[in-house]
Amino acid sequence: MDIHEYQAKDLLKQFGVAVPRGGIAYSPEQAVYRCSELSGDKWVVKAQIHSGARGKAGGVRICASEEEVQEAAQWMLGRRLVTHQTGPQGKLVNRLYIEEATNIAQELYLAFVMDRTLERVVVVASAQGGMEIEEISENEPDSIIRSVVDPAVGMQAFQAREIAFQLGLDAPLISQASKTIMGCYELMSQKDAAMVEINPLVVTTGNEIVALDGKLSFDENALFRHPGISELRDKSQEDPRETYAGDRGLNYIGLDGKIGCIVNGAGLAMATLDMIKMAGGEPANFLDVGGGASPERVLMSFKAVLNDKNVEAILVNIFAGINRCDWIAEGVIRAVKELDIKMPLVVRLSGTNVEEGQKLLAESGLNITTANTLAEAANKVVHQWKAADLKEAV
Amino acid sequence: MAIIINSETKVLVTGFTGRIGSFHAQDMINHGTNVVGGVTPGKGGMTHLGLPVFNTVKGAVAETQADMVISFVPPPFAADSIMEAADAGIKTCVCIADGLPTQDMIRVKRYMRRYKEEKRMRLIGPNCAGVITPGQAFAGLMPPHIYKPGRVGIVSRSGTLGYEAASQMSERGIGVSSSIGIGGDPINGSSFKDIMELFEGDPDTDAVVLVGEIGGPQEAEAAEYIRDHMTKPVAAYIAGLSAPKGRRMGHAGAIVSAFGESAQEKVDILKQAGVSIVPTPSSFGEVIEKMVA
Repeated sequence: MDIHEYQAKDLLKQFGVAVPRGGIAYSPEQAVYRCSELSGDKWVVKAQIHSGARGKAGGVRICASEEEVQEAAQWMLGRRLVTHQTGPQGKLVNRLYIEEATNIAQELYLAFVMDRTLERVVVVASAQGGMEIEEISENEPDSIIRSVVDPAVGMQAFQAREIAFQLGLDAPLISQASKTIMGCYELMSQKDAAMVEINPLVVTTGNEIVALDGKLSFDENALFRHPGISELRDKSQEDPRETYAGDRGLNYIGLDGKIGCIVNGAGLAMATLDMIKMAGGEPANFLDVGGGASPERVLMSFKAVLNDKNVEAILVNIFAGINRCDWIAEGVIRAVKELDIKMPLVVRLSGTNVEEGQKLLAESGLNITTANTLAEAANKVVHQWKAADLKEAV
Repeated sequence: MAIIINSETKVLVTGFTGRIGSFHAQDMINHGTNVVGGVTPGKGGMTHLGLPVFNTVKGAVAETQADMVISFVPPPFAADSIMEAADAGIKTCVCIADGLPTQDMIRVKRYMRRYKEEKRMRLIGPNCAGVITPGQAFAGLMPPHIYKPGRVGIVSRSGTLGYEAASQMSERGIGVSSSIGIGGDPINGSSFKDIMELFEGDPDTDAVVLVGEIGGPQEAEAAEYIRDHMTKPVAAYIAGLSAPKGRRMGHAGAIVSAFGESAQEKVDILKQAGVSIVPTPSSFGEVIEKMVA
């Protein structure tokens, strides 16, 4: 789960990381009022969206007067910002963060991530922070500092000091840098963050170390023990199709195609998307109904898939282990009747109680195409979808 | 005797008296698995499904000499149940729970390293379908009837894709020595390579099918092992060739993710290691038949 920059900074502050003073604003008037609260003569207006690279999209503006702040706020609020991380539909700006401007002497990079190979938290740092960090890591991989945390004891102060010295910081800054690094680690470990990234972490002209940006992402499997973090969720930043499905306990990822998919098991769901593509179609979604799916859950999956208005055909692919094909069939039949489904629908059932399931579908008298293998199912759904498309065009 | 589980394995079920634990324990018993009892804290001394219930794994091991634990404990408490099994001297623990916090898994794996290698528990999962040696025993969620006993090993991240492989093999009369679900989580107990090593050393296995997917370094690691050490033929399928690039927030992912994590890279690396590639999830049967012919 991702959170906003201002929320991340609030958490970082609680863990002893210095951040610029700032305040949230939901309207241009509030933005201007924040300036008077902060005083000074230079402010940064920052669009709060769940994406990096906001600056390039116009979502970060340095302003030297209240008029400029007013104007920047007016431009950003209500706008959908498109970055390479948001997808073409962009993300809606409905809140701003107004910060005092910081005078930067040096930009650093600091991040904490889970390394799947080492199965440990790894600290990644660079003396060259800022917007070009990905290029630097690719072109000068040796300049990236790495430090691995032993989960038995957690991060130690000497490790933080080593990183600070490797960053080339002056002696008087080492203890402040160590405190920042340790604070980030404590936040990660105590709040079950999946990632902490500060880019840039800056040395100010006044010789202080300050986090100018903050990106935090949390392990959704651990949210049960962090209700305070769950509260920070902003549904307006999510794909509404995913929010709808997620709130109903379905594992759903929205895609751009026209063929909706309902599958059990994440691996099989991925394989089903591959097969649809190979057959010449484009999947509209990834959906794993999970184990032990009741007819109600199948019905709910149909609702989630049809919530995407682009869907023009549906493929159901179930290999029942703990699931039961007869329950799946019952759910499919209910969905077709209750949701009045007219579009092409192909159902492939295999595994536990497959005969009962197929019998139910055959006897339903409904327009449901069945298939025995995944390849057959994918070919049929793509074929029927294209045929239906053709009919509409004529 | 195949690998990890056989008809002799003494299986203890943790989370035994819960709805899910009960259901699958009964299914395991019905299919010949030697289930010796279960553990539910506070219910020790009771009898459930005709078997004794214990308060602790240590207590159960003392009475039953169990050597395998299958854990149906829910995700918030699953890490604790794995460590309890490790500390009780269990040989293999299969963890079914889907949704363990990553930090819990990091802690579990660090904890297991406290024990000397020869005494260290083998963890399968979490978020896996379990293990089966067809015709003998199983510990997991799989429908046992789709597997025919035979001489080809299966190791799969995904449960249902493993079923696809097994049922397509059965249709062509090809049987399975053992099938191991290693689970879909980013950090898991046993890797593809760990299971490949077991199959390579197993006299009852002639060939192996690897079912992988996008993400993580384990398929590339297995490819290296196959190339350098494996004498038996291997076929592999990788799911996720069409998966869109992950929408991520920061740069950190790009900095740590290594070569060999996309589905296409994995296919290429495995091909170079001499593995027969299963091009689609519908062609397991065909490719495996050719491999074992």
